[in-house]
Formats: sequence, structure tokens, C-alpha cells
Amino acid sequence: MQEELFTSGRNLPHIDPSLEIWHWPISVYLFLGGLAAGLLFFASLITVLGKEKDYPAAVKYASIISPIALTLGLLALFYDLTHKFYFWRLYTTIRIESPMSWGAWVLLIITPISFLWVFSYYSEIFPKWKLKFEFLNNFEKFLKDNRKNMAYALIPLSIILGVYTGILLSAFNARPLWNNAILGPLFLVSGLSTGAATIILLAKTKKEKHLFGKIDLALIVLELGLIVHMLMGMYAGSEVQLEAMQLLVGGEFTLMFFGFVIILGLIVPAILELIELIGFKVPVAVPALLVLIGGLVLRFVIVEAGQITRYLY
Amino acid sequence: MRYAMVIDTLKCVGCSDCVVACQTENDVPIGYCRDWITETVNGAYPNIELELKSERCNHCENAPCVRCCPTGASHQLVNGIVLVTGDECIGCGACIESCPYDARYQHPDGYVDKCTFCHHRLEKGQLPACVSVCPTKCMYFGDLDNPNSEVSELLKNRKHKTLAPEAGTKPNVYYLI
Repeated sequence: MQEELFTSGRNLPHIDPSLEIWHWPISVYLFLGGLAAGLLFFASLITVLGKEKDYPAAVKYASIISPIALTLGLLALFYDLTHKFYFWRLYTTIRIESPMSWGAWVLLIITPISFLWVFSYYSEIFPKWKLKFEFLNNFEKFLKDNRKNMAYALIPLSIILGVYTGILLSAFNARPLWNNAILGPLFLVSGLSTGAATIILLAKTKKEKHLFGKIDLALIVLELGLIVHMLMGMYAGSEVQLEAMQLLVGGEFTLMFFGFVIILGLIVPAILELIELIGFKVPVAVPALLVLIGGLVLRFVIVEAGQITRYLY
Repeated sequence: MRYAMVIDTLKCVGCSDCVVACQTENDVPIGYCRDWITETVNGAYPNIELELKSERCNHCENAPCVRCCPTGASHQLVNGIVLVTGDECIGCGACIESCPYDARYQHPDGYVDKCTFCHHRLEKGQLPACVSVCPTKCMYFGDLDNPNSEVSELLKNRKHKTLAPEAGTKPNVYYLI
């Protein structure tokens, strides 16, 4: 038996008795960043394949959400900084070893492109509101002609954005729950899945709903596989990783993780989407919303449970 | 030059003088501390072992806080000391998340703060405040690259350990056991 006490009365705010440095804004940002990555990835993929006409929700309507999600996410990140007005220091250096540094640079590039992308569809999304200035019309036409180039840039950028939200956490070897290589791919797949679910919500044609239903189904199966993989890795890991796993399996986060993420966020929507694809009538908004809620809860569970886990000495 | 601290757990009585000396010397805000005392009880009655330790930033050779810092505010000097430049720090908390020893905190002014091995005193040829006040003289400070320094001699002759070596950080605070 080992028992350790701080006899000098250590009580650092947000650090003792357990770490709470990263609060809800980080979880919300990780969700919104993943969602935006998913939406931009599908919009640019369909544009590169030249299928814009067939899938208008993916390239046009859903992409209105990505700049909004990125802006809200960035505001959440800014809100969580404690030395806020030095944030520009992020952009005076590039630190290859720090995932947060290259994440900050990717956000600096991808956020304006996501705005430009929506602007290139301005006259199609808002046909009634004409632009008042001629140069704006010219700019819109310029963007429209370069849409494919933007798409080529967005495909790698959105994948980096999606992976980085996970790698950001897995780079911390002091937090055993986060410190596994699966977290990057897991967050990427979860982000793509929430992106596909948003497109299903906004799609009007059966063809588009079905395509993204199939994509979402495949992503959910992949995500379940990655979660099993993550738990197996921790189960076979060292003591600190076993303790981390026990928080998710049989510990205080079990209900949130198994109930809201795995069952309600992945298995139930997968079954509903499957039933829908077979031909039965299911309101597709239900599985899509469940996937979105599951994605959000996954970020909250991982961020909060990860901060409890630590090395004991 | 590689600065290291050696602390004799057999001589430490846990008086917290090092904690108070640090708070006074470094103007640490009230309610915060850069070093602290832990009392660890191992075993069950009647076979009980008690260990007292004065803990602080380990100024790790492979410092995860320096690696994770997105702005380079956390940096390592050639003598191994890990420091934070306040006006480069954005207060993102990445270094706090990355530290296995929970040795860092967010200063009320927003930037991240921690033990500096009393860098400003070393420049004047003085010892760190905690070492200089220890009433049982259980703390030693010196250069590990010099094989004849007091700390090198102690580590050569005494059984010692570091905290959480499995975290792979190569800490530079050693505990004699």
C-alpha cells in the first residue's frame, strides 16, 4: 500500500487535487475542428471528382457551416488561453515538435480558405441578394474559377486539421489515456463521420442522403474498430495505461463512454442507417443527430478522463 | 555544465522551510508554490516506511514541456535549466498537461510559472534559495558534468532514485534513499 500526502499544503488552482487545466472550450473546439475538417474534406473531394452538380449539399450548403464552426472553435480556444493578448506569439515561430504550433498554422491557412469557399458559392446560395460592388462580383468569379485549386489545397489541409485534434492530445506522455497513437486516426474518423452526418441533415435528394449514409456507415464501423484497438492497446499496456482504461471500462466515465459514445453515438445510428439503406423508412435526421452528439461526447470524455490519468511515484 | 539537485530523503524532516524560502525569494503569489513537500507512507502497519521529499520542477534533460510549447516560451538553457519567458507564453496549458510531475502552474497574471533553480541567484554565485535555507542540510546543488562536484560524488556513493523515470523525461533532481 502506498499513500502520498502534500504536507506543505499544496493547493494550486486547476492542478490540485486533479488536473483541470483544459475545460469545456477545448472539448468543444476539438469537436468543431473535427466537424469542419470533415465538411471541408467531403466538399473538396466531391469537387475534385467533378460531381458538384449531383451533391449540392456537400459542396454548397454544408460548407456554410465549416467557417462558422472554425470561427466558434477559434473563439473557444482563445477563451481558454490565460495570457490571451500574447496569442500572436504563436505566429512568430514554427515549432515542428509541438502539435499545437502546426495546428495553429493550419488553422491560420484553412479558416480563410473556408470563408473563400463559401463566398465562391455566394450567388448560388443567396440568389436574391446581389453583390453591390463590381469588384466583389469579379472576386467571386475568380474564386469560382479557382474552386478546384482550393479543393486540391483543402484535401491535405483538412486531413491535417482532423488528425491534429487527436495528435494534440496524444503528444502528452504525462497523460497515459491520451498517450496512444490511435487518438489521431480516431479523431480524424470521428470528425469525418460528424461531417458526413451534417451533410445528411442538409441533403435534399435521396441520392445524396444515401451516398453519405453509406460513407457514414463505413466511417462508424472504422471508428468502432479504432476504439476497440485503443482499448486493447491500453489493456495490454503498462500499469498507468491499465488505470487509464479502467476509467472508461468500469470507472466513472463508463456510462458516458459506452452509453453515449459507443451505443447511442455509433451502434444505434449505424443500425438505423443500415435499415434505411435496405429500404425501410427511417427519418435520417435521427442517426445523423446521434452521430453528432456522440462525437461531441467523445471529445468531452477523452479530454476530461485524460486529465485524471497520470504517473504515480 | 549540467545543473542537478540531490536531496537526501533520510535527512529531510519535512519542515517546509524550502517552500517558504522559495515563495519569499521568488515572490510567488499567495496560494501558489514552486516546490512542495510530500510524505509517502509505504506498507501496512506494523511494517511501515515513511519517506519525506521536497519536490519541484525536475529540469528534465528530455523536457516534454519544452517539446510541447507552441511558442518556444518554455526553453532549456545549455546548463540544463528549463525556463519560461513570461511575455512569450500564451497560457495555453500544453506544458502543464505535458508535465508528469505537475510542477507548473498558471500565474494569476496569466503566464505559466515554475521553479527556475533560482537562476538569478546562480548567476551571482549563490545557491538556490531552498538549498541555502535547509536546516538539516539535506539538499545539495551542483554540476553533474564535473565528476568531482559534491552532487556527482553523492550519486557515485549513495543509492538514489529519480521520480517517474518510466515517463522518459530524464529528470535532474535526484533523491538519495
